[in-house]
Amino acid sequence: MADSAHSPTADAHATGGTRRDFLVIAGNALLGVGAAVSLWPLVSSMNPARDVLAAGAPIDVDLSGLQPGQQIIVLWRSRPIFITHRMPAELKKLQEPSDTSLLRDPNSEVLQQPPYAANWHRSIKPDYLVLVGICTHLGCIPEFTPQPGGSLGPAWPGGYFCPCHGSKYDLSGRVFNGVPAPYNLPVPPHHFVNDKTVRIGENPPNTAWEFSSIVQI
Amino acid sequence: MAVSQNKLVQWIDHRLPVFTFLDHELNEYPTPKNLNYWWNFGSLAGVMLTIMIVTGIFLAMQYDPNVNDAFQSVERIMREVNYGWLIRYIHMNGASFFFIVVYIHLFRGLYYGSYKAPRELLWMLGVVIILLMMMTAFMGYVLPWGQMSFWGATVITNLFGAIPGIGKDIVTWLWGGFAIGNPTLNRFYALHYLLPFVILGVVGLHMVALHQHGSNNPLGIDRKGPQDSVPFHPYYTYKDMLGLSVFLIVFAAFVFYFPNVLGDPQNYIPANPLQTPPEIVPEWYLLPFYAILRAIPNKLLGVCALFASILILFIVPWLDTSKVRSAYFRPVYKWVFWLLVIDAFALGAVGAHRPEGIWIVVGRLGTIYYFLHFLVLMPLIGWFERPLSLPPSISEAVLKKRGGGALAGAAATRAKP
Repeated sequence: MADSAHSPTADAHATGGTRRDFLVIAGNALLGVGAAVSLWPLVSSMNPARDVLAAGAPIDVDLSGLQPGQQIIVLWRSRPIFITHRMPAELKKLQEPSDTSLLRDPNSEVLQQPPYAANWHRSIKPDYLVLVGICTHLGCIPEFTPQPGGSLGPAWPGGYFCPCHGSKYDLSGRVFNGVPAPYNLPVPPHHFVNDKTVRIGENPPNTAWEFSSIVQI
Repeated sequence: MAVSQNKLVQWIDHRLPVFTFLDHELNEYPTPKNLNYWWNFGSLAGVMLTIMIVTGIFLAMQYDPNVNDAFQSVERIMREVNYGWLIRYIHMNGASFFFIVVYIHLFRGLYYGSYKAPRELLWMLGVVIILLMMMTAFMGYVLPWGQMSFWGATVITNLFGAIPGIGKDIVTWLWGGFAIGNPTLNRFYALHYLLPFVILGVVGLHMVALHQHGSNNPLGIDRKGPQDSVPFHPYYTYKDMLGLSVFLIVFAAFVFYFPNVLGDPQNYIPANPLQTPPEIVPEWYLLPFYAILRAIPNKLLGVCALFASILILFIVPWLDTSKVRSAYFRPVYKWVFWLLVIDAFALGAVGAHRPEGIWIVVGRLGTIYYFLHFLVLMPLIGWFERPLSLPPSISEAVLKKRGGGALAGAAATRAKP
């Protein structure tokens, strides 16, 4: 104390701040940085752990038993993945303007799929559709409803119907106009290891696409 | 008097005087000007409690309280969770350092007579906190479900079996089964999460009692006027922060370089209800009490001695008959105090060794001395001891020690900057 007894206020006027001001600001700044750095491990610990990330590795699915008109659901990264073997008649209907005019995003312009699936069939092979089966509205699982008509009315062309809030998608996972869901169903990264095996979670060779870059799951 | 120029602060403070309260208790709070570094350990204990609660909450987010998953989930925290190793090592070593800090705090109180009137309840609340800490630490040690967790829990819960008549039923009730098992683990987890917040509540009462009469001080004499005090901030906030910095360096050294030195390697073996490890030892901070338990060759009396060794602290304010607080002025008690410290370390060493040969003798002598100290020496010394003469006031003693120059006198009476 004794050393600062020679009028610290005079110093402050002369230099714009005392030695003590400097030490207090520097000390508090260091304290703030220290607090932030100490907090980071705690925040980080709530992110997915290493084993959770490892469990998100690509999976191989054998399609040899999947008949035309059938769909199977597998789990990848804790999410339902729809794999559908579409029939030629269904593929034909996906391209008819009378149907595509009812869609919100018929040409898949919103980034809800990798570039190699940004086509009318939203897949690599037209026969096989691979989708993340989570409604883009509020996260429910849409029901596979391929038959036209039925309880959804005579105009229903066949596709996916979400029971939660009535969102409708066609058999390419493209969302219809006039439903709450805003976007097409997401397509995960995938490619065919051979004719009858699809690998989900990995892009085809020589392509790069981050699943996390899609607009919404 | 406004606590701040800020209009919003003033608006809130007029309706909810939290800022005035904080200003009174942490800023202008008059504190004896002669506190030494042994007075850092109260605030250090508060910091440790905070660290334990915060790291504990994040560990709880990853831990599975089930006998089949508990051990694996702790290993998962160590290997898979981001910084899980750090959070767990801080929590694990934090328990030890919490006890180090609190034991020093306790012995500081014993040396300087901080338990004497009017601070008896302050002292007793402190003993309650230590009891709660022991329970919390014990139950926390069970959670990783290693060999020491399981068998430590078995031994400690069986202590209650010594109660005549209803002992067996009480133990079964504690277990929720025929042995330590899943119900035990589940309830220990629930209580391990609950008790720290109970401790927090008692710490609050401890603070209320402390601020009623203010801190004791190394001279053990009451403050007689404003010349004996300095405001808590900045004098003791900065003194506490310096102590905290040094403490955290030591703590970090253990967390990063010797994280398992204070633990038992047996606890990295999953619990096996069919095999007792060759040696059952509690964590180091319970060793002296464990030694007292084993010193007495009778189950019921051993358990009674164990509990008495802690509960006796409650009546220390009335066992000490001396009118003088600080051992600084008590030529006889001063030495007896250090004998008690040595006795505590000796009992700790006894607790860490198998009860064989010399350790049995040391354990028994140590136990006898422990109770002799509190039940005989404390009352007797108070009667026959002639204390040194006390200084007239804190400020006079401080100035005399410093040589009493005019400059020191001027600095000491200057108002808060």
